Amino acid sequence: MILKNSGLKSKALMLALTALPVAAFGYTALQPAPIAAQSLSASAAQAQPGQIVAMRRISESQYRHIIADVFGPDIRVAGRFEPIVRPVHELISSGASDAAISPAGIEQFDAIARVIASHVFDEKHRSQFTPCAPLDATKADDACAGGTLAPLGRYLFRRPLTPSEQAFFTGLAGRAATRSGSFAKGLELSLAAMLVSPNFLYVIERAEADPASPGSLRLDNYSRASRLSFMLWNTTPNEALLHAAEIGALTDQAKLSTVAESMVKSPRFEQGLRAFFSDMLLFEKFDELAKDPVVYPYFNQEVAAALPEQTLRTITDHLLVQNGDYRQLFTTNRTFMTRVLGPVYQVPVSKSKGWVDYQFSPKDDRAGLLGQAGFLALYSHSGRSSPTLRGRAIREVLMCQPVPNPPGNVNFTAVQDTANKAMPTARIRLSEHATDPTCSGCHRITDPAGLSLERFDGIGAFRATENDTPINIAGSMDGSDFFGGAGLGKALADSPSTPMCVASRAFEFATGRPSENAALIEALTKSFGSNGYGIRSLFLQVAIMPEAWRVRASKPVIESQVSFADLRAKNP
Amino acid sequence: MAYDLSRRTALKGMLNGAGVVVGVPLLNAFLDGNGEALAATGGAAGGAPMPVRFGTWFWGLGVNPTRWFPSKTGPNYDLKPELEPIKAFQSKISVLGNFSVPLDGAPNLPHGSGGPAIRTGRALTAERGLPGESFDVTIADLIGSRSRFSSLEMSSTGDARNSLSGRGGGNLNPSEVSAAGLYQRVFGLGFQDPNSGTFTPDPVTMARRSVLSGVSEQRQSLLAAVGTEDKQKLDQYFTSIRQLENQLDVQLTKPEPLQACNVPRKIPELPVNAEIENVMRNHEFMTDMLVMALACDQTRVFNMMFNNGASSLTRIGSTITHHQLTHEEVLDNRLGYQPEATYFLTRIMEAWVYFVGALDKVKEGNRTLLDNTLVLAHSETEFAKFHTIDNIPMMLAGTAGGRVKSGIYVDGIGTPVSRVGLTIQQAMGVPVDRWGTKSMETNRTITEIMA
Repeated sequence: MILKNSGLKSKALMLALTALPVAAFGYTALQPAPIAAQSLSASAAQAQPGQIVAMRRISESQYRHIIADVFGPDIRVAGRFEPIVRPVHELISSGASDAAISPAGIEQFDAIARVIASHVFDEKHRSQFTPCAPLDATKADDACAGGTLAPLGRYLFRRPLTPSEQAFFTGLAGRAATRSGSFAKGLELSLAAMLVSPNFLYVIERAEADPASPGSLRLDNYSRASRLSFMLWNTTPNEALLHAAEIGALTDQAKLSTVAESMVKSPRFEQGLRAFFSDMLLFEKFDELAKDPVVYPYFNQEVAAALPEQTLRTITDHLLVQNGDYRQLFTTNRTFMTRVLGPVYQVPVSKSKGWVDYQFSPKDDRAGLLGQAGFLALYSHSGRSSPTLRGRAIREVLMCQPVPNPPGNVNFTAVQDTANKAMPTARIRLSEHATDPTCSGCHRITDPAGLSLERFDGIGAFRATENDTPINIAGSMDGSDFFGGAGLGKALADSPSTPMCVASRAFEFATGRPSENAALIEALTKSFGSNGYGIRSLFLQVAIMPEAWRVRASKPVIESQVSFADLRAKNP
Repeated sequence: MAYDLSRRTALKGMLNGAGVVVGVPLLNAFLDGNGEALAATGGAAGGAPMPVRFGTWFWGLGVNPTRWFPSKTGPNYDLKPELEPIKAFQSKISVLGNFSVPLDGAPNLPHGSGGPAIRTGRALTAERGLPGESFDVTIADLIGSRSRFSSLEMSSTGDARNSLSGRGGGNLNPSEVSAAGLYQRVFGLGFQDPNSGTFTPDPVTMARRSVLSGVSEQRQSLLAAVGTEDKQKLDQYFTSIRQLENQLDVQLTKPEPLQACNVPRKIPELPVNAEIENVMRNHEFMTDMLVMALACDQTRVFNMMFNNGASSLTRIGSTITHHQLTHEEVLDNRLGYQPEATYFLTRIMEAWVYFVGALDKVKEGNRTLLDNTLVLAHSETEFAKFHTIDNIPMMLAGTAGGRVKSGIYVDGIGTPVSRVGLTIQQAMGVPVDRWGTKSMETNRTITEIMA
C-alpha cells in the first residue's frame, strides 16, 4: 500500500470534517485522530460485541442523510424505499423498532446500494475515498483495500469493523478485483455488501455491563453515539461523536451532557427537528394527499409538496431561530410563503422562487400550525372539509389523546345527506350525528374543536359561506368556549396536554418505544416548562436523562434452538 | 447444510468461469425429493409439467349482500345483479359465502380486522401490522423459490403500504404502485427471456451473488448477540437475503423455453392515484404485466390490491370517497341500496372480470394460465355501512392445475373463515392439517372445492 497522505482527503468524509466543527464540542479530547490507523487499532479492542438490545431500521431520510454525509451530496441515492409501517397512535420511529425487511425491500436496498457503490468508486470520485494507490490498478491489493474500507465501514456501521468483518470485506474486495481485473471494482462490490448489511440497515444498540451498578446493563458508547446522532441530527454519528464513543466519553454523565448540549446548539439540529416533526405530524400522509380537481382547481402536486415545507419552516423558525415557546406554535401568525401557495391563501407572493417571510393579519384568523393549509388540507376529505377529521387530529396528533374508532358492527342510521338542501353546513349535518348516542360520545370529543376551523375549506382556502349559508365558527374544547382558529389556537396553547404530548413524543423518538411511565413524562414536561418550553431544552433533557439510556434486557436466544424461520432460510 | 456447501462450491466454480447450469437444479432436486413441492407443481398430463401459481385479489368495502351472494349452493349458482358481471367466467369461479370471523373479544377494527383474519387465521389485536404470517407467504416459501421473484405485490391505488402480505408484525411486503415500476422490476435489468436461444450468465450477476453470500455469513455473529424480539427481525432479514440470492441463481440458470411467454413492451409512467378511472387503467396495465410475469415464470405467487380496505377511491366531481359514501349515503328506499357507493362496486367487479379474463386468455398446453392458477379474491367487510365482518364476500378463480373444483357456490354455514386459508394451503401442497388460532383454529378442509 502506498500512502498518499496520513488521513483522508478533506472532501472524502464530509461528515467528519465539515458537518460539525469539532471545536464546537468545546474540549480538545474530541479532536479526531488519523482515521485509518485509529480504527484499525480500535477494532482489535472491539472483539467481543455486547448483547444486542434493539435494532431499528433506518428511515429513508436517514439513509439519504448518511450517504450525503459520508460520500458527499453528489452521490446519487436512486430508488424506492420499503416504507416503515406506523403503529397506530405511535411514531414511525417506534415502527422502525419492529420493522423487518421484506424480499422486495432487500431487492430495493440492493439496487440502491449498487448505484451508490458504483458512483463512489467511479473514476471521478474514487480518489476521494481511497487513501492509497494500489500497487497495480488491475489487481487485488489487500493492504490498500483494507485501508480504504476500514474508515468507510466505521462510518456506515457506526463503530469500528471487527477484525473478522475487516478480513471479510477486504477479502471480498480482493476476490472481486482478481475476477474483474480491477482494484476499483473490488472496492465497489465490497462497499455494496456493506450497504446491504444488517449492520448498516439497522441501527443496532448493544448493552454492556454497568460498572456503577453490578449485574445491570447500560447502552454502550457506540450505541449512544448513534442514538444521539439519529435523534438530534437524523444522520450517522460524525467523527467527533465516534471519537467520543471510542474514548468512553458517552457513558460519563458530564461529558455526555457537554456533547448533547453542543449538538442541540448545532445548526444540524434543524435536520433532526424536521425529522421529528415530520414523524409526529404524520407527514407521510402528504405522499398520498389528493384533492378532487373539479372541486379544488388550485390544488396540484406542487402545492402538495409545498405544504409540509411551509409547516416545517414555521416550526424550525419559531423553535430554533426565534427560540420560541413550543405552545406559541399554535398562536403565532408568522409563517413563510412561496409562489405556488399564493392562490391557496389568496395572497401575492413577490418572489418567483424560494420562500419569503409572511405574517397573517388577525382578521385572517390563521393561528399557528392549525391555520396552515397543510394541516387543514391533510385533515379534510378529497372534496370537502371535515371538522371531525380535524378535531380528531388535534386530539390524537397534538394532544396525544387517542379517539376511539367508530364502533364495528353498528348501524350508522344517523346518516348525513350531502345533497340535502335542508342541511347546508357541516355543523348542521354533524348535529345529526350527535343525536345518536352511539356516535355522540366520540363526536363530542372531536367536532366542537374542528368546527371552529370551518371557514377553511378542504384545501385550507378561506370561505365565508358553505352552500350560500354563513359559517358559524363557534368552538369549544375541554370546557372552554371560543371563536375561530385564533380561539382554538389559544385553547390548544393553554392545554397542559399540548406540551406533555410533544415531550412524550420526544422521548419515544429517542428510544424507539413509547414510554409507559407516566411519572417520567410528567417530570420531563415539568422541566420542559421550567425552561420556557424551549425545544432545545426538551431534546437536551431527553438526551441526558438516565431513564432514556436504561436497557430493557431481552431474553437471549439459545443457539441450539432451530426455529421454523431458520429452516426456511436454509431450505427454501 | 450439505446442500448449502455444494451450492456455494458450485457457485465458486461458476464465478471462476467454469460451468453454467449449477446451483438451482441441485435445489430443485433436493426439494422434489421430499415430495411436497412436486405435488404442488402438479403438471398437465402428457405434456411438460406447468408450474402452478397462487395469488390473491383484494377489494375494499364488500358488497350489498342480498344483491351479490347466490341463493343456490353448488354448481350453476344463481347470479344476482352485482355478481352478474362474472357470467362469462362463472364455470371458472367459485363463490364462498357465510363464513364467520370470530374475534374472541378482540375489537372489530373497522376495515382493519377482516382482511388480516382471512390471510392469517388470527384476530388483529392491535393495529400493528399483521397478527401473523399471511398464508400467501407460506405458499410462496413452498412454490416461489424456483421463480425469480418469490412473490409480486401490487396496489392499483398507488399506496405502497396497501398490503396484506407479510410474515407478521412489522414485516409487510410492500406493493408495487405503478405498471411502469412493475415492468422495470420484472422485465428490466436481469430479465432472461426464456425463449431467446442464447444464454450467457451475466458476470455482474455473478459478482452480486458473491456479495450476498458474504452478507449471509454475517448471520452467526449477529445471532449470537441478539435477543428474542430482534432475532425474529434478523431471521426475516436473512430470509429476504436468501430470496434475493435465489433470484440471482435463477438469473444465472438457463431458463426453460415457455411457449406462452411474450415479453411485453415497456410502458410509460401514468398518473397513479385513487381516482377511479386512473385506478382502472393502472390495474389493467399491472394485470397485463403480471400475466406475462406468470407466463414467463418470473413469479408463481402474487397479491393484487385493487383498492384499500377503507377505500379511498374517488370519482371526478364527487366531494367524498367510496368509503365515506358507504357510511354517509342514504339507503335509497326504492332501490334498497346506496347507488353512489354501489357504482364503485360495479367498477370493482368489472376490474375483477378483466383480471380473470387476462389470465384465461393465455394458453398453456391444453389449459389456460387461469386453469393453472388459483386466485382468492376477497374483501374485508361484508356490508361496509355497518362494518360487518361475518360473511365477507370471497371468490376462487382457476383450479390450480386441476386440484380444485371451480364454478360452485359454497355456503360456509357460519364456520370460521380460516377454513378457506387452510383449504387453499392444502391445495397448493403446504403440509398443514390445522390452521388459525383460538376460535379460528380449524382442521376442517372445505371438501366441496377439493377435486
